[in-house]
Amino acid sequence: MNGTDGAPGTAHGTGGAGSADGAADGPLVIAGEEVGSRLIMGTGGAPSMSVLRAALTASGTALTTVAMRRVDPSARGSVLDVLRECGIRVLPNTAGCFTAGEAVLTAKLAREALGTDWVKLEVIADEHTLLPDPIELVEAAEQLVDDGFTVLPYTNDDPVLARRLEQAGCAAVMPLGSPIGSGLGIRNPHNIELIVERAGVPVILDAGLGTASDAALAMELGCDAVLLATAVTRAQSPARMAAAMRHAVEAGRLARLAGRIPRRKYAQASSPWEGLSG
Amino acid sequence: MKIIINGEAREVPAGTSVAAAVSGYTGRSGPAEAGLAAALNDEVVRRSQWEATTLKEADRLEVLTAVQGG
Repeated sequence: MNGTDGAPGTAHGTGGAGSADGAADGPLVIAGEEVGSRLIMGTGGAPSMSVLRAALTASGTALTTVAMRRVDPSARGSVLDVLRECGIRVLPNTAGCFTAGEAVLTAKLAREALGTDWVKLEVIADEHTLLPDPIELVEAAEQLVDDGFTVLPYTNDDPVLARRLEQAGCAAVMPLGSPIGSGLGIRNPHNIELIVERAGVPVILDAGLGTASDAALAMELGCDAVLLATAVTRAQSPARMAAAMRHAVEAGRLARLAGRIPRRKYAQASSPWEGLSG
Repeated sequence: MKIIINGEAREVPAGTSVAAAVSGYTGRSGPAEAGLAAALNDEVVRRSQWEATTLKEADRLEVLTAVQGG
């Protein structure tokens, strides 16, 4: 698990991974279950099911979110069919809920419809920022944990709130990098580092990522996984961006485990001074 | 009697079950109902209770499924 050994700048050894050269990395483990990729995908924003299928395949993801909405009797083809065909585990969310009560009902409906007690918990404060409402979020998390759900909350990049959610029994914490769909990347990397240092559950960077370097940074900061949708589904080439994100997550993870060099104010020669001619 | 399904007023016979209302609204029944969930007046109705649960005048039935999102 994350964060128990967390001196800044050291590898976490998350999931039992060794930081020794060449040691194999362990899998992402959430609530005791292995998840086969550290890139968790969303499905929102894809222009078609075929584009979505190609992007999900290129991403290598093993866990992907869906939203719960009123059934459209005229709809043909379902996102669930795509996930089933791709062998990807479904993670329902509570997107669009403004209160704990709405989110809890949506989670229960998702459990009934999809047969999973995992839920990405979203309780937003307003439509303009889509930022989480921390009061309602903690209330919903407590109710859902009590009801046996495995709760993965989308949260602000607030170390105190992240700890409260963990104390409420959440199986992970998912701080935003910046507002949903904004592509602004990670606006407060220092807070993400603080969350990672203190967390005893996986930290999943969720929301705001724009391109591959954002995903790599999340992993370099010590996050256990990233969750993204818009950055891929609204890219000009979703499948190509999905592949970029896959490589970025792997590169960032490796860099984190490798242990980066400290930042220095002045240069440090890598060639020897001894033996210069003249 | 009149009920509300997904925000739309619908006329259904008295004593209509949740199961009948869902299949009448969605055109799906049996295995095709996989992926659907129903809430009656903001309370989840487990699928195993769909047949046994009958609707009353002015009931609000929500029928949801998974869509692209998140």
